[in-house]
Amino acid sequence: MTQLIGILILSIFVENFVFSQILGLCPFIGVSNKFDSAYGMGLAVTFVMFVTGIVTWPLYHLILVPLQLEYLETIAFILVIAALVQFVEIVMKKTARNLYQALGVYLPLITTNCAVLGVALINIKRNYSFAEAAVNALGGGLGFLMALLIMAGIRERLELAEIPASMKGAPIAFITGGIMAAAFIGFSGLI
Amino acid sequence: MLKTFLNGIWKENPTFVIALGICPTLAVTTSAKNAFGMGLAATFVLLGSNLFISLIRKIVPDKIHIPVYILVIATFVTVIDKLIQAYSPALSESLGIYIPLIVVNCIILGRAEAFACKNPPMKSVADALGMGIGFTFALICISSIRELLGAGTILGHEVSFIKNPALVMILPPGGFFVFGFIIAAKKYFDSKHQGENQ
Repeated sequence: MTQLIGILILSIFVENFVFSQILGLCPFIGVSNKFDSAYGMGLAVTFVMFVTGIVTWPLYHLILVPLQLEYLETIAFILVIAALVQFVEIVMKKTARNLYQALGVYLPLITTNCAVLGVALINIKRNYSFAEAAVNALGGGLGFLMALLIMAGIRERLELAEIPASMKGAPIAFITGGIMAAAFIGFSGLI
Repeated sequence: MLKTFLNGIWKENPTFVIALGICPTLAVTTSAKNAFGMGLAATFVLLGSNLFISLIRKIVPDKIHIPVYILVIATFVTVIDKLIQAYSPALSESLGIYIPLIVVNCIILGRAEAFACKNPPMKSVADALGMGIGFTFALICISSIRELLGAGTILGHEVSFIKNPALVMILPPGGFFVFGFIIAAKKYFDSKHQGENQ
């Protein structure tokens, strides 16, 4: 149990997907200019990452390893993620109308979010057990959600600030992200 | 053909102009050597997928073209991943999961969608080469700056005029800073250029 909590803290703070692993930057820069859409995107990514973590672990250890097809991991994972995103979209449309309306537009984008494939690959690379993999995926998603929310909060204020014209938009977002990443280095001694 | 090739390197440089595929751009540019390896791997995948997709562009049904493209790309990524593991274990170790993550690099799917599915094979290869070299060029630019400021070296050789390199530049924040300033500079020069034309 202690170890699982350790992995959760590790994946949310110490090895935050955005700030320390530099994964999932496209939505981090692209969808962080409004707080509401950042919240929706973050929740959708967290959900898909968690499910991906749960699905890809048995896929690798119970199907690919016994068949000695480990080299197919990249192909198998990306197919599963693409199918999973579609599946989540359909289920959500039928059962949770409100949630679908809030997250719907972000779901198709998640297939090409490198944080999702990244978490599946990291789980395999680090030889995590099933529970550890699930916790790592959940923590990764929560860390992403947190990063997106902080960024959206800052960017809403930045819109009102006076900055040079050529720094507006993406450049200032990257610099802000850099300062936040520097702050996150502070967590590196935590575990 | 030459125009298609040059287009990718400068005018439509995938990284600086269209800002595609930024995750590997920031993650692996800690040294020029890593950046070069990543650029070559991505160029190989681009070449393979663009050529193959251009060859099968008339057979693939429209409805399932994206899954088919992703499969083609994933196949080439697996090939280059295993090749690097076999011939350069050290590079494979330092690039880590970013090699398999080429699958979700938007540049590659983007070029398949925007170019290879509409153009003949030879032209698609030229486009892939141009985009690939453009991407490699961008990676090397960013990594040279980060390596010089963060480790005080150029291509692994120490330089004498930097006494105390700022380690933060080769840590993740450095990537954000350098990339932010590069695209800001590009925006500045573009707006100046436009002003002159008017």
